[in-house]
Amino acid sequence: MESLALQIFNGLSTGSILLLAALGLAFSFGLMKVINMAHGEFIMIGAYVTYFFQAFLAVPLRGAQGPKEGLVFLLSIGAAFLITGLVGFLLEMTLIRRLYGRPLDTLLATWGVGLILQQLARSYDSRNLPVTSPKWLVGAWMATPDLALPYKRLFIIALAVICVVLIYLFLYRTRNGRRIRAAMQGREMASCLGVATRRVDALTFALGAGLAGVAGSALTLIGQIGPQLGTTYIVDAFMVVVLGGVGSLPGTILASVLIGVFNSFLEMSTTATLGKVLVFVLIIAFLQWKPQGLVALRTRS
Amino acid sequence: MKLQARLTQATRIVFALLFMMAVSMSSLSAITITAQEETIKVGILHSLSGTMSISEVTVKDSTLMAIEEINAKGGVLGKKLEPIIEDGASNWDIFNEKAKKLLLQDKVAVVFGCWTSASRKAVKSTFEDNNGLLFYPVQYEGLEQSPNIFYTGATTNQQIVPAVEYLIKEGKKKVFLLGSDYVFPRTSNTIIKEQLKALGGETVGEEYVPLGGTEFSTILAKIREAKPDVIFNTLNGDSNVAFFKQFTDAGYTAESLPTLSVSIAEEEVASIGVEYLEGHLVAWNYYQTVDTPENTTFVAAFKAKYGENRVTSDPMEAGYFGVYLWAAAVEKAGSVEVDAVKAAAGGITFAAPEGTVTIDGDNQHTYKTVRIGIVREDGLIDTVWATEAPVKPDPYLCTYEWAAALPKPEGGCK
Repeated sequence: MESLALQIFNGLSTGSILLLAALGLAFSFGLMKVINMAHGEFIMIGAYVTYFFQAFLAVPLRGAQGPKEGLVFLLSIGAAFLITGLVGFLLEMTLIRRLYGRPLDTLLATWGVGLILQQLARSYDSRNLPVTSPKWLVGAWMATPDLALPYKRLFIIALAVICVVLIYLFLYRTRNGRRIRAAMQGREMASCLGVATRRVDALTFALGAGLAGVAGSALTLIGQIGPQLGTTYIVDAFMVVVLGGVGSLPGTILASVLIGVFNSFLEMSTTATLGKVLVFVLIIAFLQWKPQGLVALRTRS
Repeated sequence: MKLQARLTQATRIVFALLFMMAVSMSSLSAITITAQEETIKVGILHSLSGTMSISEVTVKDSTLMAIEEINAKGGVLGKKLEPIIEDGASNWDIFNEKAKKLLLQDKVAVVFGCWTSASRKAVKSTFEDNNGLLFYPVQYEGLEQSPNIFYTGATTNQQIVPAVEYLIKEGKKKVFLLGSDYVFPRTSNTIIKEQLKALGGETVGEEYVPLGGTEFSTILAKIREAKPDVIFNTLNGDSNVAFFKQFTDAGYTAESLPTLSVSIAEEEVASIGVEYLEGHLVAWNYYQTVDTPENTTFVAAFKAKYGENRVTSDPMEAGYFGVYLWAAAVEKAGSVEVDAVKAAAGGITFAAPEGTVTIDGDNQHTYKTVRIGIVREDGLIDTVWATEAPVKPDPYLCTYEWAAALPKPEGGCK
């Protein structure tokens, strides 16, 4: 019983990590059709921002060893969102906007950008960098004597939920969100009605990048931070968005949870490598059956 | 019109790809140190970029230091050594290309290099076909004996086999095997399982994650169910960081469930984080804390050259004394010819930082002292158990009865 509960929890946890990694891509790839190969490197930037915050700003912010280290970490998540978003904004202004409607060109260009960003990180320090997690996230909540749920995993699940709720509120309750939806559903019509679609594009791409930054911050809790951090997650992120249905945020959420749960159960009954292969096989089989993905968008075209 | 549009798109993609390839190739170009008159060219072949660079750059540093020390004492056969450094770029094909370049174009007398078994296997036939000479400085899975390779790192009976014996002696009989999914962990675990069977231990689990994998929640659930006494860890590279973070979060400590790692040395301890590793066990032949006069000199010289905050580790030390062993063999042979050096190499000894090392002429491996270590608070490693004398290398485990089922060299054991 406990092991079943633990596996469901592990699945949700894997799913929440996938969701964070894929949310930003759901914007740039899902909504804007930009095959953003640099998404992984945006995740990496977020992780590095968290590292820099801790390495250089923690002491002036809280004064040596204070009780506020958790606050510094939370602040660094916000900073990762803003800084990575800014990088995404600049990239959109200089490069991406010249490539709309040419998905293959965006693939090559963003792949090149990704390589440059990786090399920048490597030039700074080719080694893995340590991020110390806040003390209140170390350890596990003992739900029952045999069921340990690590605080970090609970935190990441909570962070993913918060991100989804904020995105929902932003898209459906604010003026800018409405503009984004309008531009993505009918660019020409929105433009005719006075929506500045160029600015909306930049905003959407920056938002996607910012979400990648948040994912990067969260990933410092569970793994290593290095120049290649992004390459570990880019394939998984695309997989989630494609399975969920390109352009559908609910699909992205459903897909990441399903992949997470399937992965943890298949891995439990087989091995880590075989489990991953089986998940891929299931996804491919499903896409053969429903090429539109889990949640298909209805379009007029 | 439509066809033309498609063609231009295609050509653009092709050009972009070609451009990227050109850029990546040019970044790999060699660093060559200008030639002086009458030198002996020696090659250094390590990954200076890519995922393995973290580890391999440190070995390149210590190898270079040995070459400079030898040059400062007058060189070999009265000639200075001229290092030619090539970047294997963490890519096995590039390793092989660069090995060919060093052997055929630069005509180096010897190459010091490689870290992963995959890169060694990639260059092995190149060295054999061109009768080159490779000094390989890293512990590996054994079961190999190339006539053109000298192995200065540990083979299995100088690291893994004594480590398992140590665990059994300490009463840790239920062992969980965890490794990265490639040749070294899988071969090592085949050996460990045979050994545990013979020594009355028990393999309670065996799991592999893809190289670079970071998701351990399910494996930790399996560990919880298997209730092992110890985890034998052959994970490599980045996965170790994720594993030890998640291991700690799952509520384990070095007291409640110790691990013994064979790919974590001083350099890796720093990058994983001491707080996760303190109290855990490792197995190597050398630690920075080893108490020999040679080691005191070695550590001081290394820190003076590369910085006070740098640490020294086992593969660095093996890379360092490999140069000295080769130089001594050349002096004895009176020539840098590969066959002459090989003939002279058997029995060559050197007072290395880890203690005396000796080349075994039969299998071109090295007699080495085995040390089990424990990670301490400052990230350095203390020896908790060591063999009294250097152990004779036995890459095919011919002297172990339980290893009878494992592959044996051509012509069988001697």
